[in-house]
Amino acid sequence: MKIIVCAKQVPDTNEVRIDPVKGTLIREGVPSILNPDDANAVEAALAIKDQIPGSTVSVVSMGPAQASYMLKECIAMGADDAYLLSSRAFGGADTCATSTTIAAGINKIGGYDLIFAGRQAIDGDTAQVGPQVAQRLGLPFVTYVQKIRELKEKSIIVERSLEDGYEVIEVPLPCVLTVIKELNEPRYMNISRIIDVCENNYITTWDENDVDLSPEECGLNASPTQVFRSFTPTPKGKGEMLDGTVTEMANLLVNKLREKHVL
Amino acid sequence: MIFSEKYELIRKFARDFAENEIPSEVQDTIDQTGEYPQEILDKMKKNGLFGIKAPKELGGQGGDTLAYVIVIEEISRVSMVSSIYVSGANSLGSGPLMLAGTQEQLEKYLAPVARGEKYPSFGLTEPGAGSDAGAVATTAVRDGDYYILNGRKTFITAAPISDFCIVFAKTDLTKGTRGISTFIVDMKLPGISFGSHEKKMGIIGCPTSDIVLEDVRVHKSDLLGEEGRGFTNAMKTLDYGRLGVAAQSVGLAQACLEEAIKYAKERKQFGRRIADFQAISFMLADMATEVEAARELLYNAAVLKDRDDKNASMKVSMAKYYASEMCNRVAYKALQIHGGYGYIKDYRIERLYRDARINSIFEGTSQVQQMVISGALLK
Repeated sequence: MKIIVCAKQVPDTNEVRIDPVKGTLIREGVPSILNPDDANAVEAALAIKDQIPGSTVSVVSMGPAQASYMLKECIAMGADDAYLLSSRAFGGADTCATSTTIAAGINKIGGYDLIFAGRQAIDGDTAQVGPQVAQRLGLPFVTYVQKIRELKEKSIIVERSLEDGYEVIEVPLPCVLTVIKELNEPRYMNISRIIDVCENNYITTWDENDVDLSPEECGLNASPTQVFRSFTPTPKGKGEMLDGTVTEMANLLVNKLREKHVL
Repeated sequence: MIFSEKYELIRKFARDFAENEIPSEVQDTIDQTGEYPQEILDKMKKNGLFGIKAPKELGGQGGDTLAYVIVIEEISRVSMVSSIYVSGANSLGSGPLMLAGTQEQLEKYLAPVARGEKYPSFGLTEPGAGSDAGAVATTAVRDGDYYILNGRKTFITAAPISDFCIVFAKTDLTKGTRGISTFIVDMKLPGISFGSHEKKMGIIGCPTSDIVLEDVRVHKSDLLGEEGRGFTNAMKTLDYGRLGVAAQSVGLAQACLEEAIKYAKERKQFGRRIADFQAISFMLADMATEVEAARELLYNAAVLKDRDDKNASMKVSMAKYYASEMCNRVAYKALQIHGGYGYIKDYRIERLYRDARINSIFEGTSQVQQMVISGALLK
């Protein structure tokens, strides 16, 4: 089974502060990490590789040259190789242009049976790139995968998380699955693989010519999204959840409202 | 030292592992009960932590000494006692095997250690042979294909849980240190017994006890290296153990520094954070500088050790000496910054302070390190 994983290097938002005046992220000095949901996607692929001997896992990403560090992490976890789509022409891409580029990269790799992606990246929180990649490749996709029930020869049965439950979906292969952290616990890197990946080259870098895209199809040129304004919402106080039967909760609520002289 | 991506990734792995797998509640439980959770040891095994330096062909990770000290530093930053389990398997336990083992011995003993299936211990210290390691009184008398071992080893880290012990014993009583030989002794052999677990001040959770050898018959195939070469092998192995302690000292001191910074920013007295008083902030500056200096000594010594530099042993002793003393100074100041709260077990610094104390004692006291350093200078 040939599996491809889409991954992104993101600023560690746990360490990011917001510029109070400009309302933008202060990225200086913030460490870059493998996007957490993407780590779950890598793990999902590696778990299948463990199950089915002879499977391969390739990781694909779009980003600057430094993103190879994150790809090395994925390989040190157990992926076989990685492809980095990197070029000045890709800069300034929104999700629309990003998915065009990623899909072109995946097309060039070719021969895949299954594609995993994280649900969303913690820097943009759009959750759009995975489904868009599927759209561009003409593949079916399932988002919010919380469990893989069964991998069959020509299809896969997964659970798709909903707000208050889940759907069980069987989808034909090849397909795109975007995964959430509930799916699994990503494994650690392995020391001998870290040494291996740093002493040998497992990463191929491609620019727009390598994946047969014109500059008009990439980056800022192909990004219809315009960021009008970004702002930090003022933090709200923590809500309080009430426990008990409906009657008990209603009584508690009335008491609380009385305490606050609302009633 | 500016690291390549390789060592940065190794550090990231070790830090992630330690922070995720050994959370503070677990550290508290270990310290209170003295029991170390098997699940953590299993995860260490699964992630290759017992074979960092062992060659890949034997199931190890094929790492170098720098990789090893970085891992120990990061684990010790979270839990010193946990780092002892890792260093024990990688340095004292497997060092003598890697130095002097035959291919058969490597496959029989080193490979299972690297894979985490067997745990080693290192039996050099005796009631009468501590800093004076040459004063070993345990004897090994040849009897056909066997050696018969008698004696008592003391303060042996992880002895009760080890599967075999590297035992140093005199095969020739007339030759001093040149009469010492090394044996791989299966801890299930008849005649082996253990003393009670020592009640230690710190690093609680890794059992330390005596090993008593009474007419233990060890097959000649378990003689490690040549007869009479034991002391030389022990001294070479100690270098790795000492680098391990230097790394533990740096990691632990880093933890003390971080706790002190956190507390100094939280605690308010006289209407402001205590960090805003120069008496405290300068203490923090001194602590951070000392930690950094020790860290550089450590990395430098590790690289020299891998290069087999002629000054490596002296540099290792310098790193061990400075880092372990530094660790105690930093732990002292970190506790001082915590004031009365630091003396209470509810605060992490109380345990860090107790754990720090062993570093200037085991694997050669600071005074032994001074002997090594001055010996090299005056040679």
